[in-house]
Amino acid sequence: MNDTQALKITVNEPLVPIFIMGKRYLIPSSLTIQKALEYAGYQLVRGVGCRGGICGACGTVYRIPKDHTIKVGLACQTVVERDMRIAVLPFFPANRKAYNLRQVLPEPDIFARFYPEIMRCMGCNTCTKSCPMDISTMEYISAAIRGDIEKAATLSFDCVMCGLCTARCPGELGQYNIGILARRLYGRYIARKATHVHEMVERVAQGRYEEDLRRLMAAPGEELKTIYTRREVEPELSQDFWEPKSPEHL
Amino acid sequence: MAYPPEVKKLIQNVERTRAERIAAKQAGKEFPAMTLDERKQMLEHHPDYKEEGRRELVAGPSKGYRIAHEYCDILEAYSRYDPDDIDLDTIQYATDVLVIGGGGAGTAAALLAEEQGAKVLIATKLRHGDANTMMAEGGIQAATKVGADSPYFHYLDVLGGGHFVNDPELVYTLVTEAPDIIAWLEDLGCMLSKFPDGRMKTMHGGGTCRKRMHYAADITGAEIMRTIRDEARNRPGSITLLEFCPAVDLLLNEHGHCEGAVLFNLDTHEYYIVRAKATVIATGGSGRLHTQGFMCTNHYGATGDGLTMAYRAGIPVRFLHTIQYHPTGAVFPEQAEGLLITEKVRGAGAHILNVDGRQFVYEREPRDVEAAAIIRECTLVGKGVPTPAGKWGAWLDSPMIEILSGPGTVQREFPGKYILFKRYGIEIDKEPMLIYPTLHYQNGGLFYDNKGKTSVPGLFVAGEVGGGVHGENRLMGNSLLDVLVFGRIAGRTAAAYSQSDYKAGKLHLEHVRKYNGELKAAGIPPSKVAPMLLPDYSNPAVRKRQLTTDYHGTLRE
Repeated sequence: MNDTQALKITVNEPLVPIFIMGKRYLIPSSLTIQKALEYAGYQLVRGVGCRGGICGACGTVYRIPKDHTIKVGLACQTVVERDMRIAVLPFFPANRKAYNLRQVLPEPDIFARFYPEIMRCMGCNTCTKSCPMDISTMEYISAAIRGDIEKAATLSFDCVMCGLCTARCPGELGQYNIGILARRLYGRYIARKATHVHEMVERVAQGRYEEDLRRLMAAPGEELKTIYTRREVEPELSQDFWEPKSPEHL
Repeated sequence: MAYPPEVKKLIQNVERTRAERIAAKQAGKEFPAMTLDERKQMLEHHPDYKEEGRRELVAGPSKGYRIAHEYCDILEAYSRYDPDDIDLDTIQYATDVLVIGGGGAGTAAALLAEEQGAKVLIATKLRHGDANTMMAEGGIQAATKVGADSPYFHYLDVLGGGHFVNDPELVYTLVTEAPDIIAWLEDLGCMLSKFPDGRMKTMHGGGTCRKRMHYAADITGAEIMRTIRDEARNRPGSITLLEFCPAVDLLLNEHGHCEGAVLFNLDTHEYYIVRAKATVIATGGSGRLHTQGFMCTNHYGATGDGLTMAYRAGIPVRFLHTIQYHPTGAVFPEQAEGLLITEKVRGAGAHILNVDGRQFVYEREPRDVEAAAIIRECTLVGKGVPTPAGKWGAWLDSPMIEILSGPGTVQREFPGKYILFKRYGIEIDKEPMLIYPTLHYQNGGLFYDNKGKTSVPGLFVAGEVGGGVHGENRLMGNSLLDVLVFGRIAGRTAAAYSQSDYKAGKLHLEHVRKYNGELKAAGIPPSKVAPMLLPDYSNPAVRKRQLTTDYHGTLRE
C-alpha cells in the first residue's frame, strides 16, 4: 500500500476543512498535514524529507479555532483537525559557528564563547513550547549556559533540528546548533572510551584474522554453509561478559 | 486513532497466550528456527518470486537481466532533457570531487576526500541529511567485543544472510573495516549507547550469531547522520553544499573517464554543469518506486537516480532481482503506515503472532525469510489480523519486553516509537503493534569493487546504490556499516584519483545520446524519462483540473 493508494481508502471518509496558509481546502480527516498538502494539490519539494518524524524537514506551526495559542508539529506526523490553520516552515537561518572538534576543549564556557547570544535567553520557555519532539529545550539551554555539557547533550538527544525553536525565540538563539555541539563534545570528551573497540582495531591491523578470513573467502559453497550452520550462536538472554565455548577464530 | 473495539477484541488473543509464551522464552525455548532448506522453501512466498512482477531489461549493460518492472522502468528511460540543448562549454561549478548524494555514504565520502586535500562539492536532491541513513534505527554491526566476536563470525553472518552469493572481497572489506568505523564515530563525538564503564552496548539482529549491533537508543541512523553532517558543516572552505540540485546524468570525456555531472535545480528548474576530476555516486535507495505496490520505509527522494545515471554510462547492475522487504512495517494507524518498526524490538524478545495470538515463525530469521513467512501467514494461511483500513497484519508483541526486561524498558529503549504511537493513542508497552512487510532496502545495485571503483575511471560508488556486499539479502545493522565503510573508501579513492590518474578532457553526453537511441530502437515510449527525482503522489481529481500544467515524468513544471 503506497501513499497514492492511501488516497483510494480515504474516498468514503468524512472531509474536514483546513486552511493552508490561509486558503481553505477540504481534506479527508485521517490524513496527516503532509498528505493533506498533497491531497490539496501541492507537489512537495521543500518541507518534506523522511516522512517518518526524524529528519526535521517539515516543522509546522498551526492554530485551531477559538484558541490563540500557536501549536507546533511535524507535518508528516500530525493528523489534520477541523479548521486548523497551518504553515509549514521548511527552513530557518540559524546562527552556526564552524569549529574543529579535535581542537576545541569541553570547557564550561564553550557555549557562551561560540554563541554569546545564549546569554540573551529570557527563560520564556517558548522554545520548549515550540518543540514537536517534546524536548525540554529551555532546560538544555539552561544547562549549556551553566556549562553542563552532559546534561545539555542528554536532554537534547531527540532533537531533529527542525528549527522551530529558533524561529520563535525572542532572544534569537539557535538552540539546535547549541544542542548538537553539546552532544558531540559529550560523545568525544566526556563519555568514557570503549577500549575494546581500539583493541579490536589493533588486532585487525595486525592481521590476526587474515588467514581465517581468506580461508572462508575461498571455501566452496557447501563447506561454507556447513561452517555457517555449525557456528555457535550467542544466547538471546546472554549478559555482556558472555564468551563462546570455543576460543577459535577470536 | 487508538485501536477500535473490534481490534482490541483480537488483542485479547495475544494477551491470553502471553504468559505461556513468556515462560517458554525465559526457559530458553524459542520457536524453531528454519533450516537452510526450509528458508529456501519459505522464500517462494516472497514478492521477489512473483513472476508477473518482473521482466527482462531490453537495453544497456545488463540487458536480459530479469528484475521488477519498477526498476526496468527507471533503467529503460530517456534523459530528462535533450542532450543537444546542454551547453557543455559553460561550466557553472568546478571541483576536485563531486559527491552525488548527501546521506551517510555521500557525507562519509566527502569527509575523507576533504581530508586527503580534495575540494569537494556535495550535490543533494533535498536537504543535506534527507536520506535513508537518517531513518535507520536499529544499529550498526561491527565485531568489537574482544573475546566474544571477531570479523570471522561477522563474515559468516553476512554470507548466510546474503544466501552465500555475496562478493567475498566486498564482505571482507566490510567486516575488517567495521571496528575502525566504530572508533571513528566515537572520535567524532557520536553518542553510541554505552555502559557506564564506556563499553559499547550491543544487541543481536536477525541472522547474527553474536551481539554486535551497536546503537544509539532507537535512532542510530539519525545520530550518525547528524554527527557526520555537522562535521561536514565544520569544513565550509573545502566542502561546498548544493542542496535541491539532484544530478540527472553523468558527464564523460573522450578518454572514457567520468568528469562530472549535469544537475537540475529543483527550485529554479535550471540545469547546471559540474566539472569534477572525480565523481562519487551515493544516491541511496529506491523505496519510493513502490515496487509491487508495497508501502515503503524510505525517505521521499529514494527513487534510484544513481542506478539510471550510471547505467547510461555503462555500469552494469547486480543483485537487483531481490529487494528487501522489512518484515515489520507499521500497518496501523494509516498515518504511520510503512513506518519501520526496528528489528531491535524482536531482538529484545517481542514475538510475531497471527490473529490467534500464536507464533508461526521464529522472530529472528533473516529479513527475507521473516517477511515471506508473514506474507504467507496473512495471505495463503489466512490467519492475518484484519485492519480497519481493509489490510492485513501480524501482531508484534512489544508488551513482552516490559515483562522480560522490567517496566520502563520499552519507553527507554524505543523512545522514538513510543512517542509516535502514543500520539495515536496506542501505548506500545501495554498493547502490541500491528505490522506487515514494507519495502525497505535495495539489496543490490551498481557494480563496484572494494576500492569503490567502477569500470568507468573517475566514477566511484558507495552505499545503498551499490550491489554485491549484501548478496541477495542484507542483514540488519550492515547498511549503516556499508555506507560508512564504502563511503570513506570511495572518498579516499576518488581524492587520490583526482590527484593522480585524473585525465582532463572534452566533456560530452554521447553515452546519453547513444542510450536514448537504443531505447528508441527498442520501442520505449518517449514519455518515459529518468531519473524520476520525486515520486508521484498527486491527487487524480486535482490533476483533472490542472488544465495548463505539464508534468515532466512525475515532476510538475
